[in-house]
Amino acid sequence: MRLVVDLNKCQGYAQCAFLAPDIFAMHGEESLIYDPLAHEEQLERLERAVAACPVQAITADGLDPRDGFLAGSDFVAGTGRESSDGR
Amino acid sequence: MAADYVDWLRREGRIAIVGASLAGLRAAETLRAEGFAGSLTMIGDEPYEPYDRPPLSKAVLLGKASPDHTDLPQRRDIDAKWRLGVAATGLDITAKRVRLSDGDEVEYDRLLIATGVRARPWPNEAEAGLDGVFVLRTRDDAVGLCRRLGAGARRVFVVGAGFAGSEVASACREHGMEVTVAERAGGPLVGALGGVIGAVAMDLQLENGVDLRTHVTVTALEGDSGGKVRAVHLSDESVVETDVVVVSLGSIRNTDWLAGSGLGAGPRGIATDAGCRAFDFRGIVTDDVFAAGDVARSPHPLFGYQFLSLEHWGNAVAQGETAAHNMICPATDRRPHMWMPAFWSSQFGVNIKSVGVPPMADEIMITQGSLTERRFAGVYGYKGRIVAAVTFNNAKWLEYYQRQIEQGAPFPVGYPTMDRRPEGRQPMPADFPDPSLPTHGPTVTLSGYSPADRRMVFTPAHH
Ligand SMILES: Cc1cc2nc3c(=O)[nH]c(=O)nc-3n(C[C@H](O)[C@H](O)[C@H](O)COP(=O)(O)OP(=O)(O)OC[C@H]3O[C@@H](n4cnc5c(N)ncnc54)[C@H](O)[C@@H]3O)c2cc1C
Ligand code: SF4
Repeated sequence: MRLVVDLNKCQGYAQCAFLAPDIFAMHGEESLIYDPLAHEEQLERLERAVAACPVQAITADGLDPRDGFLAGSDFVAGTGRESSDGR
Repeated sequence: MAADYVDWLRREGRIAIVGASLAGLRAAETLRAEGFAGSLTMIGDEPYEPYDRPPLSKAVLLGKASPDHTDLPQRRDIDAKWRLGVAATGLDITAKRVRLSDGDEVEYDRLLIATGVRARPWPNEAEAGLDGVFVLRTRDDAVGLCRRLGAGARRVFVVGAGFAGSEVASACREHGMEVTVAERAGGPLVGALGGVIGAVAMDLQLENGVDLRTHVTVTALEGDSGGKVRAVHLSDESVVETDVVVVSLGSIRNTDWLAGSGLGAGPRGIATDAGCRAFDFRGIVTDDVFAAGDVARSPHPLFGYQFLSLEHWGNAVAQGETAAHNMICPATDRRPHMWMPAFWSSQFGVNIKSVGVPPMADEIMITQGSLTERRFAGVYGYKGRIVAAVTFNNAKWLEYYQRQIEQGAPFPVGYPTMDRRPEGRQPMPADFPDPSLPTHGPTVTLSGYSPADRRMVFTPAHH
């Protein structure tokens, strides 16, 4: 599955690196480095990272939190589809 | 009548997008998300589905991602007809037709141009063609460069210390290669962030073992008898032996295919109104041709209505989305593209981020942290206002400064800030290179003048 991080938005909270260390890693103090292609066995961890990112900076195929794919989760509940403000 | 047209367009109109990359893809997704049910054609001269470029000079060179696996995720099925590996070669805005390199034509009711920029090649063609000389813009460039670096290259020469060049230097140093960087200006990143920050970037490179040569230009690339690059000649008459040369001299806007089309398109890109509609060459706005991303330049109210060309990832996303929205909505529902310029870079382990338009500024203040610790926030001022900010390893503060820019907060910054050091109490000259001198590396180009500026100074592009 393909993924991208909006690094303007990313605040380096490292939640993703904690939940999916095989995809995301911190490089230096606050730069995030990631592999834009996740494999089958990584999907569950990726989904968790997408959901846990405090600023919703991670988009994966069909896993854009702004589309409400996690409609049941407290974290994104009520987040409508907004246009990106690029941060 | 007009409303009927929009209804019809949304139901069964034909939209073509030229340039199948970041701006084009995000526009296509927005069209579908907002209910466009007509036919959509994505035309791209690269043979790949949209992929992401920023990792090419970072994760990919560091070996954390594969150069041919940076495809962009697709938020939804865009149900498009993909014409990949085919370039658009011409545009007839009267007949509303795009000509393709394979002889085909695509008719449209509305067109989005998102052809971006390409790397400025080394000007001497024979030297540029030497084996081991690279630029870095596309996936193919990255695959070639990675292969060469992986095949035992020990010495790398980077021409130009803008963001991309500095990132390449950083990654190669991490692999333990010998790296030389040549820069015409007095330090890295000065076109984008000015000389004060450039000096910090310079220390960073030197400390990390880069052989940085400033105030020099490369005069020639020398090949061996087998056509492989072996040395670089500099304007100070020094010669540096190398295995690989990465030419990082900024970019050229992909507008050549629009020559003669009647659009206001040229070396500075395609001028649009605030709603992403392209101007024709008479300065009259078109209603069915839109532009977004690196190829576009548009007026920004926060920055004196200057036309900004932004080679920024976030701009391509936001402008693609706004253009798409405006393409299929009634005139009264259109939105202006008022995105706050922002970008990031990561080099030598430091997270560099910026908002606003630094090259517009004449002064800078370090409001938090310190330059020598390389953890700081700096704000840029122009005519008594904050117009931009930069952080090194201090990203959490950037949003605060963004609000200040949006509110037109005064400069110099008089209020106390957390972790303010004595060195940050006074503004100093931001030290941008004279915009009329040839340089490269800025990722923002100001062009056009501000009606609010009584001096009416024309600011030429920082190419
Ligand atoms: C190595 C690298 C690192 C970067 N790092 C950062 C970063 O850290 N932060 C940041 O903010 N930005 C960064 N950027 C910039 C960012 O990638 C661009 O702003 C973004 O790609 C712009 O998207 P776009 O869709 O407007 O244009 P592009 O991505 O340039 O896409 C334009 C597409 O149109 C195609 N095309 C051109 N002419 C034609 C034609 N006639 N017919 C058909 N197709 C055509 C091109 O081949 C290309 O595929 C980086 C760029 C590079 C190259
Ligand atoms: S969790 Fe989100 S904000 Fe934190 S590092 Fe990952 S992407 Fe960035």
